[in-house]
Amino acid sequence: MAINNIFDVASRSMSSQMTRLNTIATNLANAKSVASTKEEAFRPIRPVFEVDYASDFRESGLSTTDVKDIVSLDREPERIFRPNHPMADEQGFVWESTVNVDEEMVEMMETNRQYQNTLEVVSTLRTLISRTVSMGQ
Amino acid sequence: MNGIRDHISLHADALVLREKRNNVLASNIANSATPGYKARDIDFASAFKQAQGVGNLRTSDDQHFSVGNPSANGLAFRQNLNPSLDGNTVELAVEQMEFSQNTMRYQASLMLLNRKIAGLQNAIKGE
Repeated sequence: MAINNIFDVASRSMSSQMTRLNTIATNLANAKSVASTKEEAFRPIRPVFEVDYASDFRESGLSTTDVKDIVSLDREPERIFRPNHPMADEQGFVWESTVNVDEEMVEMMETNRQYQNTLEVVSTLRTLISRTVSMGQ
Repeated sequence: MNGIRDHISLHADALVLREKRNNVLASNIANSATPGYKARDIDFASAFKQAQGVGNLRTSDDQHFSVGNPSANGLAFRQNLNPSLDGNTVELAVEQMEFSQNTMRYQASLMLLNRKIAGLQNAIKGE
């Protein structure tokens, strides 16, 4: 997708931040969830951001951010002894996901702020553009 | 026609450059969470001189050498105040301040341009 103007930059940056928010929501929803095996246990996911430059970057100076990939973090699920749990294995252990709720909340606040910043920028520039359009009247 | 163009060209050039700088700053803010992104900016003073035809030699191709200030024709990397682990050099506070200053200056240029056009219209009508 070509980057032609500030609205392309803002929309793609904001949708990247939205993806980040979605992954945070997924992580938080799966915090403390358990599984019978180590492989099945939930691992927190994170988007990987990448810069995308406009084809005429030297002239326009436009660049935006894209989500290149969504990866799961390489963290060992926690082995907890819960013999009464229906998901427990023969030895009475379950594997709990390693979502750090505090960390996810900080991520969420940062994402929120960056989304707001981009939105603020685009609404300022929109006002400027509409004033420029009515120049000389 | 040239008379009219000369009359308003100063502010028109400024407006174009301010818009470009707005784009660059907005791109910086959009990339404030991208690892490895290097914040860029335009040196307005030298770019403006160049637009006025009194600055450094203009380069029209990537392979041209620019004479004088190497960043005069376009973008230069910003020196960040604080380092970051992921290699991103965008500092939101700096970018926000630069952006708000740039939009104010854009509006000032726009207002001056409007006044000049209004003055010209007055002169044309002769009222």
